[in-house]
Amino acid sequence: MSTKRETDFLEDVDRSREKLLNRVFYGTLVVASLFGLVMLILLIADVVWEAYQAFVTFDIDLGNFLTATSSSRAERAGFGASILASLWLMALTAVLAFFIAVGCAIYLVEYAPENRVTRLIEANLANLAGVPSIVYGLLVLALIVNDAGLGSVILAGAIALALLIVPIIIVASIESIRAVPSSVRDGSYAMGATKWQTIRQVVLPQAMPGILTGTILALARAIGETAPLIMVGTMLHATRYPSGPLSSFSAMPTQIYNWTYQADRMFNGLAALGIVALLVFLVGMYALAGYLRKRYETDGGSISNV
Amino acid sequence: MSSNTSNERLADESTTETDGTPNDAIIETAISVDRGASRATGRTETIVRAEGLDVYYGDDQALDDVTIEIPEHRVTAMIGPSGCGKSTFLRSINRMNDRISAARVDGDLYFREKNVYDDDVDPVALRRTIGQVFQSPNPFPKSIYDNVAYGLRVQGKADEVDLDAAVERALRGAALWDEVEDQLDESGLDLSGGQQQRLCIARAIATDPEVILMDEPTSALDPVAASKIEDLIDELVDDYTVIIVTHNMQQAARISDKTAVFLTGGELVEFDDTATIFEDPDDDRVEDYITGKFG
Repeated sequence: MSTKRETDFLEDVDRSREKLLNRVFYGTLVVASLFGLVMLILLIADVVWEAYQAFVTFDIDLGNFLTATSSSRAERAGFGASILASLWLMALTAVLAFFIAVGCAIYLVEYAPENRVTRLIEANLANLAGVPSIVYGLLVLALIVNDAGLGSVILAGAIALALLIVPIIIVASIESIRAVPSSVRDGSYAMGATKWQTIRQVVLPQAMPGILTGTILALARAIGETAPLIMVGTMLHATRYPSGPLSSFSAMPTQIYNWTYQADRMFNGLAALGIVALLVFLVGMYALAGYLRKRYETDGGSISNV
Repeated sequence: MSSNTSNERLADESTTETDGTPNDAIIETAISVDRGASRATGRTETIVRAEGLDVYYGDDQALDDVTIEIPEHRVTAMIGPSGCGKSTFLRSINRMNDRISAARVDGDLYFREKNVYDDDVDPVALRRTIGQVFQSPNPFPKSIYDNVAYGLRVQGKADEVDLDAAVERALRGAALWDEVEDQLDESGLDLSGGQQQRLCIARAIATDPEVILMDEPTSALDPVAASKIEDLIDELVDDYTVIIVTHNMQQAARISDKTAVFLTGGELVEFDDTATIFEDPDDDRVEDYITGKFG
């Protein structure tokens, strides 16, 4: 009798409603997570399919596409000059943005006094990172292209892109530098190291993988930016290879954009191929960032294991 | 008080203390204080001296009017309950408290008769003479070799000395050489906790400082690793002055020559030969603390 009573709570319990609720909630979460992934796959599949269609329909020579300059005649147009222009942009943007951003992050974490101004600057970095990219394009058009008379050249485009990604790199760098444990800093100071020696030899080496990852991801965003480059002013067709930072140019995204509204259907096909080329660059950059992060995690250089 | 009279006082007390019979011991556990007694018989200079030292963190007073004379080539232990200011005292010797913006220091702290809080003292230069080992091992994410060479490099001495020899000497001094001589290029973080702490000691002695401050250096280690560090401290004191903060009273009794007892409020309650502190302290609060009635 007594045993019966004690096991009552294990039997004759109707939990079906709770179980159903659990399943519904779980299902909702899975669908929500899958949604983004499915959209991404659809997008990539669509682009690749379009590119394939164009490739077959217009009998595009891939070698010519990758090496030739663009042209007003679709049969002769290629993407090579735009790829080179984008590489120039990336290199200049990286150099311009990296040192300013890392310098700013070091200052904010290691040197800036803890006061209202510092907090204001840090809070506004996130806002700066959210400013629409076309605004940076307008700024550079007014100040650099027109007032300073630099013209619509690669350097001007790189300045616009650098302005765009500096706040992003600063935020990533601040987090990496803050993640260096203070015990390691103390260890360095206690050895009679100066502040700069501590930053240079202990803090930066430990924070650098995180800083580099953030920089590459920011550059991956910059390489696809179209609006600021259009503002700065690019060529309709990249009809010649850029010879240096002071050449006029049309980068990958702007060339794709220009191709999409040409009347000749073959240009639209070239645009689809161009998007695939751009995606390949993006994937390559993400892979590099992932590799750096992975290497950083496995060699135990990140956090003291105590 | 001149340092000379203080040394005589030190010598006198050590004589009386060796005369004390073991029956006077107030601690039942077998605590050996023989090392301290034998070493304390020699005369020795005062190397660190505090006079009326107050340290504040913002409005909180962490040290209250501390006056103490710490002898050279001895192990001096700082004991006391958590938050009593013993670590604060340690950090005020090499001015690591400067790193805490809210910290403020009043009073005088002398290192070899030079007030380290004088305006003309460069804390970086001071820390090159006073090394420190921390509670948790904190090797740099560099190779073992680079960890040990770090101090010589940042102090600009790397070109003046044979770096390889200096690294080996420091690692031998920290009783780590035999374990790592084949893996000097490997990361210091790959070592065990006890090895890491000995690496940190090697790093500290590589630049040949005069004083080594140790802030609970064994509290993050297992007993075997801790006992290696204790043995090492006993050897280090031939060449250096060791000031060690510890929570472990047996450890203080085992390894130190002099013991300072801090109690809550940042007050230095008693400072004397370790044997006296553990066997016949003047202050009832010290006796209560040591016998475990509070703390």
